[in-house]
Amino acid sequence: MLKTGTERVKRGMAEMQKGGVIMDVINAEQARIAEEAGAVAVMALERVPSDIRAAGGVARMADPTIVEEVLNAVSIPVMAKARIGHIVEARVLEAMGVDYIDESEVLTPADEVFHLLKSDYTVPFVCGARDLGEASRRIGEGASMLRTKGEPGTGNIVEAVRHMRMIQGQIRKVVAMSEDELMTEAKNLGAPFEVLLQIKKDGKLPVVNFAAGGIATPADAALMMQLGADGVFVGSGIFKSENPEKFARAIVEATTHYQDYKLIAELSKGLGTPMKGIEISTLAQGERMQERGW
Amino acid sequence: MLKIGILALQGAVQEHAKAIEASGAQAVAVKRVEELHDLDGLVIPGGESTAMRRLIDKYQFLEPLKEFAKNKPVFGTCAGMILMAKRIQGQDSAHLELIDMTVERNAFGRQVDSFEADLMIHGVGEDFTGVFIRAPYIVEVGPDVEILSKHNDRIVAAKHGHFLCAAFHPELTDDYRLHQYFVKMVQTSKEVVA
Repeated sequence: MLKTGTERVKRGMAEMQKGGVIMDVINAEQARIAEEAGAVAVMALERVPSDIRAAGGVARMADPTIVEEVLNAVSIPVMAKARIGHIVEARVLEAMGVDYIDESEVLTPADEVFHLLKSDYTVPFVCGARDLGEASRRIGEGASMLRTKGEPGTGNIVEAVRHMRMIQGQIRKVVAMSEDELMTEAKNLGAPFEVLLQIKKDGKLPVVNFAAGGIATPADAALMMQLGADGVFVGSGIFKSENPEKFARAIVEATTHYQDYKLIAELSKGLGTPMKGIEISTLAQGERMQERGW
Repeated sequence: MLKIGILALQGAVQEHAKAIEASGAQAVAVKRVEELHDLDGLVIPGGESTAMRRLIDKYQFLEPLKEFAKNKPVFGTCAGMILMAKRIQGQDSAHLELIDMTVERNAFGRQVDSFEADLMIHGVGEDFTGVFIRAPYIVEVGPDVEILSKHNDRIVAAKHGHFLCAAFHPELTDDYRLHQYFVKMVQTSKEVVA
């Protein structure tokens, strides 16, 4: 019997991305640069997060022409973003043969109450999470991969660090708890009990957890790996830098050798100006993408 | 105890380490060329073959890996199998060129076509769950290559001397029979050398 879209096949796809870098691209040319630099996947977008932030208005799924162009340009997996709760955008991307869908807070949510029931789809999903409650709810809905939300398009790593530390700390707490304490913890976190039970048993999340949102330098990528990320997403950082090719290669190497500080020093030399960052406190509440998701 | 390395440039390294340890050998993650020298065998894991090749080149791993493979067993799964093939369909050049075979990348389609299927693996057993993720398959093999498994008439596992490869991911299941088979190959190879 041949079975497609199983939990193992969907989660396994993310396992194969571990230790790698997933890069945001907006056309075939950027996708080829990313592949050549050693990206494990690309995220096909109409605009990178910092441009979405600058443009304002409603951000939607990318034009299928762009997604198709990227699908045809590279042999590595291609991901694309759908709005939170937008069943049809997700189904359209699945029908196009996209390898992974990001139900993303970077786009304007289509539903302010419900997320997609991701277990219903053959294509796997990645979702953002700031804490273990959010992470567990997404797993409960069928997400096959997680990422920190960070604060996308800011080039500021502080929020991604906060989210990674929060989740890791909460996992350690769950693992240390006795089983009869888990139901109350589930209630407090807003997490499905079964997911916490599995985390306690395995000592880790049942899916891969990448870092995302604000990674702007090779040192940022290595920092997130050191804090326990399984890999990194780099959005605006690469193609908003002065020399994307060199920058992309440097991020890939820093992610692999995240504890080799001499090497990170070498590859951080002469990268040119990274993207200009934004201090989080200058963002109004409504401008904080990480608040989107429930 | 046998010491088996897992090439840890990118991909599903821990899963292989777990399976190797469960099969009675010591597993070590290999990130640098120097770490190859005291190993009895090597696993090249699943991941993205293009990304792995980039890092292999960057850290001058290609020649040391070929040298290592001259007399030590190597086991590649999915991307690892692609790296081991002598020929890749539609490409002018291959990577480590260890196994006399032609492989086709992403041969079953995209991620939505990824699947699980029951396999019969010669010398290993029946009812083996093959997890195929954007998997390659073996288009043709040379005369010295032993075909271990087929799925719908496509070759998905093979052995060539002290090389073993699979298009699927045994490391994503709790079935360690194929890893045990490889550990035995490593044991035999070590005894022959000794």
